[in-house]
Amino acid sequence: MNALAARRPRPATTVLLLILALVLGAAALVTFATRPASASSAASGDQIAQGKALFQASCASCHGINAQGTMTGSGTNVAGPALAGVGAAAVDFQVGTGRMPMAAPSIQAPRSKVQFSQEQIYAMAAYIASLAPGPAIPTAAQVDFAKGNAAVGGEIFRVNCAMCHNFAGSGGALTRGKYAPSLAGSTPTHIYEAMLTGPQSMPIFSDSDISVVGKRDVIAYLKAISKEPTQGGSRLGSLGPVSEGLFAWVFGLGLMVAAAVWLGKKAA
Amino acid sequence: MSTATTPAHQRPADALRDGDTAARPAPSTGARRLGGVAGWVDDRTGAAKGVTYLMKKVFPDHWSFMLGEVAMYSMIVCLLSGVFLTFWFVPSAGETIYHGSYAPLQGIQMSEAYRSTLDISFEVRGGLIIRQIHHWAALMFVVAVSAHMFRVFFTGAFRKPREINWVIGTILSLLAIVEGFAGYSLPDDLLSGTGLRAMEGFMQSTPVLGSYLAYMVFDGPFPGSAIIPRLYSVHVLLIPGILIALFTAHIVIVALQKHTQYPGPGKTEQNVVGFPVLPVYAAKAGGFFFIVFGIIALMSALVQINPIWGYGPYDPSPVTAGSQPDWYMGFADGALRITPGWLEFHPFGYTLSLNVALGALGLIPVMYTITGAYPFLERWVTGDTREHHLLDRPRNAPVRTGLGMAAMTAYGVFMFAAGNDIMAVLLHMSINDITHFFQVGLFVLPPLAFWVTKRICLSLQRRDRDMVLHARESGTIIRTAHGGYFERHDGIDEFERWPLVQHEAVAPLELPAGTDANGVASPTARSERLRARLSHFYFKDAVNPVTPAELAAAHPGPHEEEVPALEHDADHFVGIEQDHADGVGAPRH
Amino acid sequence: MTTGMSDHSADIAPADHPSHPAELARTAPTGQLPARFENPGLPTHIPRMADLDEKAARRAEKQVAALFGLSILGTLGFIASYYLVTEHGSVFVPGIGLMRAENLALGLCLAVSLLGIGLGAVHWAKTLMPDTEVVELRHPLRSSDEDRQALVTTLREEGRKSQLGRRPLLKYSMLGAMTLFPATLTWQLVGGLGRLPHNDLSTTEWNGRYLGGGKWQFVPKRLMRDPENTPIKASDVVIGSVFHVQPEGVLDMTEGKLEAKGKAAVLLMRLNPSDIRSTKELDWSHDGIVAYSKICTHVGCPVGLYEHQTHHLLCPCHQSTFDVTNDCHVIFGPANRPLPQLKITVDSEGYLISAQPFEEAVGPSFWERGS
Repeated sequence: MNALAARRPRPATTVLLLILALVLGAAALVTFATRPASASSAASGDQIAQGKALFQASCASCHGINAQGTMTGSGTNVAGPALAGVGAAAVDFQVGTGRMPMAAPSIQAPRSKVQFSQEQIYAMAAYIASLAPGPAIPTAAQVDFAKGNAAVGGEIFRVNCAMCHNFAGSGGALTRGKYAPSLAGSTPTHIYEAMLTGPQSMPIFSDSDISVVGKRDVIAYLKAISKEPTQGGSRLGSLGPVSEGLFAWVFGLGLMVAAAVWLGKKAA
Repeated sequence: MSTATTPAHQRPADALRDGDTAARPAPSTGARRLGGVAGWVDDRTGAAKGVTYLMKKVFPDHWSFMLGEVAMYSMIVCLLSGVFLTFWFVPSAGETIYHGSYAPLQGIQMSEAYRSTLDISFEVRGGLIIRQIHHWAALMFVVAVSAHMFRVFFTGAFRKPREINWVIGTILSLLAIVEGFAGYSLPDDLLSGTGLRAMEGFMQSTPVLGSYLAYMVFDGPFPGSAIIPRLYSVHVLLIPGILIALFTAHIVIVALQKHTQYPGPGKTEQNVVGFPVLPVYAAKAGGFFFIVFGIIALMSALVQINPIWGYGPYDPSPVTAGSQPDWYMGFADGALRITPGWLEFHPFGYTLSLNVALGALGLIPVMYTITGAYPFLERWVTGDTREHHLLDRPRNAPVRTGLGMAAMTAYGVFMFAAGNDIMAVLLHMSINDITHFFQVGLFVLPPLAFWVTKRICLSLQRRDRDMVLHARESGTIIRTAHGGYFERHDGIDEFERWPLVQHEAVAPLELPAGTDANGVASPTARSERLRARLSHFYFKDAVNPVTPAELAAAHPGPHEEEVPALEHDADHFVGIEQDHADGVGAPRH
Repeated sequence: MTTGMSDHSADIAPADHPSHPAELARTAPTGQLPARFENPGLPTHIPRMADLDEKAARRAEKQVAALFGLSILGTLGFIASYYLVTEHGSVFVPGIGLMRAENLALGLCLAVSLLGIGLGAVHWAKTLMPDTEVVELRHPLRSSDEDRQALVTTLREEGRKSQLGRRPLLKYSMLGAMTLFPATLTWQLVGGLGRLPHNDLSTTEWNGRYLGGGKWQFVPKRLMRDPENTPIKASDVVIGSVFHVQPEGVLDMTEGKLEAKGKAAVLLMRLNPSDIRSTKELDWSHDGIVAYSKICTHVGCPVGLYEHQTHHLLCPCHQSTFDVTNDCHVIFGPANRPLPQLKITVDSEGYLISAQPFEEAVGPSFWERGS
């Protein structure tokens, strides 16, 4: 059975791979086109100055005029943490996913509309990176998930990520209203940066924890499962048995009862 | 054919004389063949009479009576699709490397059980649809069993003579959830393995014997390689065997006792009003099987269930957020989530883990014992030892309906507590707050549900009384000849009235005289006092049906003369005595 | 008003026949009016369209036939899809997105095949089969008093012939034999199902080398990344990171790997030493790097959710929350005991190793684990 199945041509797989390759190509193009030549190592003085100006206009109210961090009025809580050493990757992730600047103080910065152009984000990233060394924005090769091994990435994902983000990356609850967000729609670069910098409650997965290759594999796995067609129909949010049970009670029983009512009703 | 269509007496010579009995027309070929086969069987079984009786059996028609059929048919679909799955499933924890067509698992180490389930989903043509049918049918089975139980409870169908069937049904419901648990644990994916991991923890929490019990069931340390094949034989042989045996008894008893029916005109404790098995019910119930199967197939075509390839193979180190059991085990899981940790004690250097044992080991037996015992409890409290074949309208048993809603609410608190993490994410709330809410809710919500339900029932009963006494307010104001004004009430005819007045008047049991004057509290006296108290609890607020006398009092004769417009109604209401005279029952005066 | 009733009066037993004394008392007439209303009997039967109009009947017939025909089409479609739909091809479905075509096609065709028959049969029954309600009388379930007495008599009389009552020796020896015999099969089952735990639940691979007979010799083991199976240098562990760890050798095991992983799984985190509030925790750490069992002390799920800002560990199964700054004490949820800590140090090459086994049993509670 299996041997036969393995020899049979699989047009769908081919199509899938083709689509994947196309998407990859497009993504790579976009990344290359907008990436500054030297985001991490040798940012130009102009870029840093532009970034500093942007920072002071939009971020300094919480993070301090020199990114040294500030406390709230009562001095008991951190309004914005010090940013020296968080690295360009943290800036690109936080600002590039719209989490920063935060609209209002809350328990967790939600993903929202991006406020800056990618150029501006790179400038701010360069400024923060100039304060102290920190994780750099990953290179195109590091997030080139076409080279990754999705199966290995899946194993790493299940051990390190699934307990918070759920098996399908749909997200999950943390303590006291915090949550691990859904990973749907996250770009490879942002996924990489999140692992590298550990935003908010998320722990840091440095390159010595999950290797550069391992991170690429994780991205490859996430992209593979988000691109694959659903096998058995609507995923019901990939939330597991809770949504399945709800569906059985509401739609399953609903349809059965509707049929039973029709069956018991006298014909016209 | 020709013999049947040519009557013998057409020729004059064969004309019948007076007193001759007509020759029976020869049966058609079809009838002869049927008779031949039936005769062959009857010669060997003598079943003709019994089968004829069964074919003529009458079943009442109501949608809520089909809930049990949904359960039965879902079970049959499970059995059918389950047999299919056994042809491909390999119940083994043996290790293997995946080389199938699902790319994200290529080269991953996994058990034979998980690999074969992947193969059913990806390599076997149409295998996934069978798997999904099996799983959806299993969910629908337990959903329908529960809905059926609610129907039986709230209509009082469990009363004498049906207590045995209530108990059998309770056991069936318990078996159904155990069967479901065994089934979804078989694929050995990350989610089901986490469930088994917890199950092993439950067993370990058994006082004194815990670790021995767990090592016996798992044949050593968790997970071991024994649990998958053992669960398999439990899932495909042991429990289905008992399920089918008990279910057969359940159905035979229904046939023997005849189905209950809702109260209505012409329906009494002594009859069943409905349709015969042949042809109507055979077509309806037979067709309904296909409808139930068809709906399950439709769900399986469009909605994915248990995507085991997404969870990955079981490994005790990883886990997924939102690790929940299937819905019917949710109440036990939820109970564990809201039990506080201080319930673990450490007496004399031993560990007594009541924080686990209460929810995991205690809840199910307690819940099912209470459920199974309820008919006997109610019978003792009400002192009603008669047979009941007419169902109660839920409003006419306010305390029972209230108790049922309270029990359902408690169950709901447990069940929804198992989804606290999903709610926290979807509703943007704190999981801690949600958990505290359920902890408090377990004690607050059921009594509240009881009180609210009972009040609703009582007001519905009062509305029924109102309807009978004053009928519907029409909103039409009529001026009488004498210059008075009144609102015209549209009358209801006796067919509409009957369901509102058919139930019995009830009153609390009186304490047997002298029991409390004794001074010495004998055990009997104490139990009688308890019984009287409970009876008081059941019936003290009873709203009893309108009696003819009350109706007559509400529409006194003079009213009729005063209001000519009411003549039609008055005929109805005041003319009861006359109705009685031509009524069905023996005239009583 | 009562015409319907007259049609059926022959079939219907008197309504509310007062067969019980209690009911008789309740229904006793008071004054001129009866105590209760009378059952008015079945309402008049209203014929259906198909009963009155042959055209409507023929229309219903056609509808039923169409449904049966649809079912046939569904069956043919199922067989056609079985061969024609490509094995892993996909199709876009509004509301679902891209989905596997095979499942959709086979499932929908099967549903049509089944629903066609079901809806057709029910529609047939509703429109064309007789819809006059039939009344069947109930008969009391209980046997007559004579029959019941006869049963009792038979049981007693015939039972007496066994002489069981007269011969106590027979009675008690039989009872003894019958009570004891299930022990045979139970013994086999209980004895054969599993082995005894001994100290299995209290030991893990961190105990070192297994000497047999439940004895271990402690050997320090490197902490290895799961699933990469590589050793970890202390300098690799930055503040805010979390490593999922197995002892050296476990991930290479060919037998008993999952069992070993299930007990030995460890979480490795680094805290600022000044944030650690427990002296024992600090003592057992290496420069703020702490290792704790990943197996929940509630029912054994992996406690994996580490919030690096609050240093809280959350179990996804039942939400027990452990405070890593305070020796992993429970701060929320149904667990009672803190997660056991693994004492660690570094070897000469700078890799993290275990300094001693877990001091207590990891994972869910059991009676004899000690307090």
